[in-house]
Amino acid sequence: MAEQTLSPTFETTPAGSASRRALTIQGQERLMATISTTLLLLGLIVVLFPLFWMLSTSLKGEIEALKIPPNWLPVKPQWYNYRDALTFNPFVLYFRNTLYFAGMVVLGEVLSNSFIAYGFARLRAPGRNLLFIMVLATLMVPAEVTIIPTYILFANLPGQWLNSYNPLIIPAWLGSAYLIFLLRQFFLGIPMEYDEAAHMEGASRLGIWWRIILPLSKPALGAVAIMSFIFHWNTFQGPLIYINDNAKFPVSLGLSMFRTPFGGTPQHWYMAASLSVIAPCIVVFFIAQRFFIQGIVISGVKG
Amino acid sequence: MFAFLPKQKLARIEARWFWFFISPWIVGLIVFRGGPILASLFLSFTEYNVAEPPVWINLENYTRLLSDDIFYKSLRVSGLYTLLAVPLGIVVSLIMAIMLNQKGVPFLGVFRTLYYIPALVAGSVAVAFLFQWLLNPSFGIVNYIIALLVGDEGVIPLGLSGPRWFFDPDWVVPSFVLMSLWGFGASMLIYLAGLQGVPTALYEAARIDGAGVFRRFFSVTLPMISPVVLFTFITGMIGSFQVFTPAYIVSGGVGGPAYASMFYVLYLYLNAFRRYRFGYASTQAWFLFIIILILTIVALRVSRRAVYYEAPGDEKMI
Repeated sequence: MAEQTLSPTFETTPAGSASRRALTIQGQERLMATISTTLLLLGLIVVLFPLFWMLSTSLKGEIEALKIPPNWLPVKPQWYNYRDALTFNPFVLYFRNTLYFAGMVVLGEVLSNSFIAYGFARLRAPGRNLLFIMVLATLMVPAEVTIIPTYILFANLPGQWLNSYNPLIIPAWLGSAYLIFLLRQFFLGIPMEYDEAAHMEGASRLGIWWRIILPLSKPALGAVAIMSFIFHWNTFQGPLIYINDNAKFPVSLGLSMFRTPFGGTPQHWYMAASLSVIAPCIVVFFIAQRFFIQGIVISGVKG
Repeated sequence: MFAFLPKQKLARIEARWFWFFISPWIVGLIVFRGGPILASLFLSFTEYNVAEPPVWINLENYTRLLSDDIFYKSLRVSGLYTLLAVPLGIVVSLIMAIMLNQKGVPFLGVFRTLYYIPALVAGSVAVAFLFQWLLNPSFGIVNYIIALLVGDEGVIPLGLSGPRWFFDPDWVVPSFVLMSLWGFGASMLIYLAGLQGVPTALYEAARIDGAGVFRRFFSVTLPMISPVVLFTFITGMIGSFQVFTPAYIVSGGVGGPAYASMFYVLYLYLNAFRRYRFGYASTQAWFLFIIILILTIVALRVSRRAVYYEAPGDEKMI
């Protein structure tokens, strides 16, 4: 069937059957590529439309936003919607809080996971494989099982732990199974000769980790940093549980409690605030997408 | 200098360094994983509101859970959501990955990047707001487009109109499924990596044997990437039982209408952090743990026949 629909290529090659088949395959491939390209272009419109609509709504007036039939583009873009939406709620503060929180978590995850992964990838010790299986096993435990006791732990510790980011930052400095796995896979690919040479010259294990392994693992570390940043930029449940002071809110919490001067939910402001909150993620992704995609490839498909 | 030390001593030094490097993980395991897991098991047999010490009440939380109507509703909501979102998500991301792996398509890199964008922000507060707006029954663009296509004066005048989405108890879960499908890019990228690992020689061989496009997909592609499909199936299942943020935002933290958005973890959260029933919520958490464990084991068992592994023993990796 498929071969007959490809008759143009078929007819123009009255040569031997082998080359005929080869050309059909070529034609078939070209047809598949054309179909795919068309579908991909159409699909892209569907997939990116929500973001376009977010932008379009965010630039309309309150009445225009609710107009049916809708204007696909705002009659006159009201860029000041962004100023209004972001100043009535202290979003500058929220952005700063999130930057601090996400920054501390990213730093912790890059350092701690590369440290732990170095141990698992490079050093031999009895029981190592069993421990590594335990690392993977912790992936199975849903966060919900540990969330309540962890909260109770921080509520009962001496000192002021609740309503601060520390309960969310400290665990990030103690490793996370997925990232340990990802970095270990990457480290395993670095030739042992580098370590041995450094060892001969008297470098300590710490020195090898810091001066040899880390510089050679920039792509993997970049992937960890970006994944971690994007995840924690948007994270909501943790801050919802721990942070209750408006001045300490991250953007996710600030956005969830978005207030407008006259109450209600004027969509243009909601969309302006929402787009502002997700824009940094998209920008970071575009700047560093190379790392990002590499990370997924490293962690390997067999993970 | 190490070279002059006896072998055994070297091994001991190396082992000491190993423990030194993994020590942060050990601390985390005890304080933030193992400890809390045991504490959570203990709490599930108690009544505890943080203000007063926990009171041991035997199996009361468990018996109460099994006669809790809202608990069953939350189980049903999360179960139905998982049943729809996981398989649909796999199909959509797999189709997209195959198209993005097609030879001869121009600008593949650009396509891949753009298709991935929604996955960056999926599950966030902002996206919950966005979908509430897109799916607004009266002013939303989705219902407007539905009316344009199949409404009274639409392209195909069937006189149909869009559902009330998040406002109609029957449509709430499908609306959340739609929202989750939008973030298909994450598993798409994993499939793409898997597809690129399939040796081209296999396709060549299949072609020479005269296999068509579909035959090649079912006989070569699917078996070769079946471990990846299994992986995303299991992680997807675990993830969709843990949906929280979209449900919390869309329903304003109450799980309505008519408990139709009372996802499992939302109900757990409300019991713990709104009603301070930490014992009861721990019971729910353990129940969830057991559900996930059973589903994972079943998935692995069932897949043993369906999933192809290149090297024997590889299945231990998953």
